[in-house]
This record gives sequence, structure tokens and C-alpha cells, in this order.
Amino acid sequence: MDALLRLGDDALVLAQRLGEWCGHAPALEEDIALTNIALDLIGQTQSYLSLAGSLDPDAPKTDDELAFLRSDREFKNLLLVEQSNGHFGDTIARQFLFDKYALLRAEHVAQQTFDMDAAAIAAKAVKEIRYHADHSSKWIIRLGDGTSESHSRIQKSINDLWKFTGEMFAADEVDIAGSIAGLLPDLTALKTQWDEEIDKVLLEATLVRPEDGEMKTGGRTGVHTEELVTMLAEMQVLPRTHPGASW
Amino acid sequence: MNVTQEHLREEFDAYVASDKKIEPKDWMPDAYRKTLIRQISQHAHSEIVGMLPEGKWIGRAPSLQRKAILLAKVQDEAGHGLYLYSAAETLGVERADLVDDLLSGKAKYSSIFNYPSLTWADIGAIGWLVDGAAIMNQVPLCRCSYGPYARAMTRVCKEESFHQRQGYSIMMQLMKGTDAQKEMAQDALNRWWWPSLMMFGPSDSESTHSSQNMKWNIKRFSNDELRQRMVDMTVPQAECIGLKMPDPDLKWNEEKGGHDFGEIDWTEFYDVIAGNGICNKERLEERNKAHDDGAWVRDAAVAYSEKRKANKQR
Repeated sequence: MDALLRLGDDALVLAQRLGEWCGHAPALEEDIALTNIALDLIGQTQSYLSLAGSLDPDAPKTDDELAFLRSDREFKNLLLVEQSNGHFGDTIARQFLFDKYALLRAEHVAQQTFDMDAAAIAAKAVKEIRYHADHSSKWIIRLGDGTSESHSRIQKSINDLWKFTGEMFAADEVDIAGSIAGLLPDLTALKTQWDEEIDKVLLEATLVRPEDGEMKTGGRTGVHTEELVTMLAEMQVLPRTHPGASW
Repeated sequence: MNVTQEHLREEFDAYVASDKKIEPKDWMPDAYRKTLIRQISQHAHSEIVGMLPEGKWIGRAPSLQRKAILLAKVQDEAGHGLYLYSAAETLGVERADLVDDLLSGKAKYSSIFNYPSLTWADIGAIGWLVDGAAIMNQVPLCRCSYGPYARAMTRVCKEESFHQRQGYSIMMQLMKGTDAQKEMAQDALNRWWWPSLMMFGPSDSESTHSSQNMKWNIKRFSNDELRQRMVDMTVPQAECIGLKMPDPDLKWNEEKGGHDFGEIDWTEFYDVIAGNGICNKERLEERNKAHDDGAWVRDAAVAYSEKRKANKQR
């Protein structure tokens, strides 16, 4: 269940962040693109959380119960995806670092045979994330190789977010058990592929890959940055204020 | 006007009178072109500013399904803005210039978006009433004499009718819910009803653009005719889910086969148009901030594409 919560929460928290852009993007085309990505991610959230909620037959939970009635300590998303939007470059850097990881992970989940329901969800998600990764990569290149201002801004965005990338590959017992069962990918192998993908785009964008310094972790065990609790306060306000109400 | 122009003008009038479509390369009177640019760009601006009051509730949508629906809806509005700006560009103007007019306050957008969205039920009311009034105004535009606008409106109207249904579905769900939810729905109707009726514009006796636009087949029905239809359509929908219309003068008039309804507060109407609505300032500031914050991104995209072009030529 924890493995599915991780997949669902990554998508939900990032979608919630992207939704904040709606009406505020640098161009109309980007308003449409960012909301489109958010929509895909909400769809993935619904599928993963519904599946996660069905696993305990004694205490089944709906996707909405999991999304709106868990506390921040029960959310299992990466710290990376909860980071605030910042400027457009910060949002694109966050998206790019995550998309490349999410695509590799979804490709694995789509092909494994341990959990066929999860495989079906991931197979659909792969098609979507390919577009997301294409969109964010192209923007990294445009901003990196655009003006000197955009170059320095996007380089700083990547530098600032780099400390959250280690968590994607820091395998804990859930990852190891999941990997042995086959559901989750082997994170060491995934890291090698991710490095290649990231380096390729950074090179074309004339950007420098930051050194791996101290990495921040905690999201997978529910210990988050200050960003998440504020986000959840907004996201959960109606279901929490009106317990039991239907919408 | 010289002889050739007069001849062209006569041909144009006859062509439009026979209900045929004018296309971008056809000759058209300057005033026709100007009217269309004004109307289409105002419509586009309204879509873009309209994203703001609803966008504020994406983060607080009370279920994943409602969040997805609202995201899709606000995304549709952005899409409408995009193809309406494109339709305006067929008349020889640039999107960037039109947007500048919006940001400087020179161009108008629909006053309805200068009212605040205070509760989740407002998202229901906006979809049901505001999009409802928009459809009422826009369906006749699918038969507008200018081809690109008419075709854009056909698509806009299809999507708007989904929007209206999602708004009504929010209201319906609230009216099936707790007392607090019912109160929320009634409160939203009370606040949005009169501004929605104002969306049809001044009464026929006061309307300045109407008669020429009617002749050019840009406008097909008068403001008051459309407003009457809106009232007659909405009253039974409200009754059906147990909402009370906030108009003590509202009653069925058997003789005219429609409802009589109270007088609109025209002082408020002209006041909001003049820029004194609750959110006029905030909406424009928000659009300006988004535009200014995004300037470096747009510059980068242009610079990058120019570099690529230069590399190809080398």
C-alpha cells in the first residue's frame, strides 16, 4: 500500500502545485500546458489512490478520503514535488527533475507483472508523462540557451532544487521490498538511467550539472518541509470543515 | 466615399443581408472591421480574466473529481481566449497589442468577473448562471456574418454548455447536502443572479451598438430579448432543486408567456463598468503581474528560436 501511496501522493501534490499556475503563466499556451499536466496527474492520483485504498478490505478508503483526510505526516510524496512554484523557471526545473524520474518509474511499473492493476494505471501514465518530460525538457533547453538572464535563472533553479533529487533514489525498506516483489524498480539502476537523461538535456541547454551535496529526505516517511502542511490546509479545507458532506 | 467604395459597400450589405459569411480576405467596411475587433477581443479578454475568479478555487475543490473538472473548465477558458485572439488576428491586429490594451485598462472585459468568488457554491453559480448567460449571448453568434468568429463560437458554445451543466451539477449536489451546503448555494445564487442578468448589457432603449450590429448580422437578438430568455430558462431550474430566486417581483405572466421580473440596479451596472466593481483593480493587477513576471520567459523563448534559425542558416 505504501508503494501505491508514494505514486499517488507524488502525482497529487505536484498537481496541486501546478493548479496554482492557472491564469498566471507567462503565455496563454503555458496556462493550457500546465493545467493539462495537472489534469493528467489528478487522473493518475485517482487511479493510484483508489487502488491503494482498496487493499485493506477491513477498512477500505476512497481516493478522496486518502487525499482530503490524511494529515501531512501520512503523505508519502517526495519533498521535491511539494516545493513552492517560485518563478516559471523554478516550476520547470522541479517538473523536469521529477518527469525524468517519474517516466522511468512508470515504465517499470507498466511492465511488471506483480500487480496488474498498478501496471494498467502506469501504462496509461507512461503515455502522459512522456509528454510532460518532453515539455519540461524543451523549456529547460529554451531557458538555458535563451537569454543570459534566463540562463542564470534556470541554472539557479536547478542548483536550488538539486538537494531534493537524492530522495528519489534513496531506497528504504518499502523500495527494497517493492523491488524484490517486482512492483517497484531497482533504484540504483534507475539512477544511472536518470543521470544519463538529465545530463543529455543539461548539455544541450548549456547548463552545468550541480555537484551532489547533502541531500534532503523525509517525504517518503511523512516528515516533510514546511511547504506541505500549508498546501494541505488549503486543499483539504472544505472536506475538513464539512465532515461527511458530499460534493 | 468614392464610387468604387460605394459599390463595394452595396455589395457587402447585400451579401450580408443574404446571410452569407464574410471571410478575412473579403472587402469589408472599416466600421465593420473595427466593431468585430472590439467585440472579439473583448470576448477574448473576458475569457482570460474569467480564469481568475474560478482559478482561485482549483486548490480548494472539495474532491478529486471536482478538481479535475474545474481544471478542465478553466483550461477551456484559456483555449477560448486563444482561438478568439486568433479570430481577431484574421482582421489584421496582433494578439500582443490586444493584450496590451487589456493590461493598460484601455480595453474592456465582461464586468461579471469583477465580482468576487467567495465560496465553493460560487463555482456552481458561475458555471450555471454566468456561463448560462454567456451561452444565451453566444449561440446566436454561431450564425454571425464574420466566418472566423462564427466558427470559433460554434466550438466555444459546445464547451460552454458543458460548463453550464457542471455548474448546475455543483448546485444540485449542494442542495442535496447539509444545511450549511444549502445555505452556501442559496447565498451564491443571491449574489450572482443580478450580475448575471446585467451580462446582457443595457436595456434596449439605452444600447448604443445594437442597431448597426443587427443590420450586419453580428447581433441577432436584442439585449432585453436575451435577458427574458435567461430568466425564463433559469427560474424552473432553480425551483427544481429548491433554490429561491432573489427577486420579490418575479412572477409568471400568462399573457406574455414569460416571467415578469424586477428592475436591475443600473447604478451598480454602470458603476462596475466604470471600474468601481469589487475586484476591478485586483483582476487587472493580477493579469499585469502575470504578464510582467513572464516577460523574461517569453524573451528567452524568442531568443532561443532566433538562435536556432541562425544556426540553421549557417
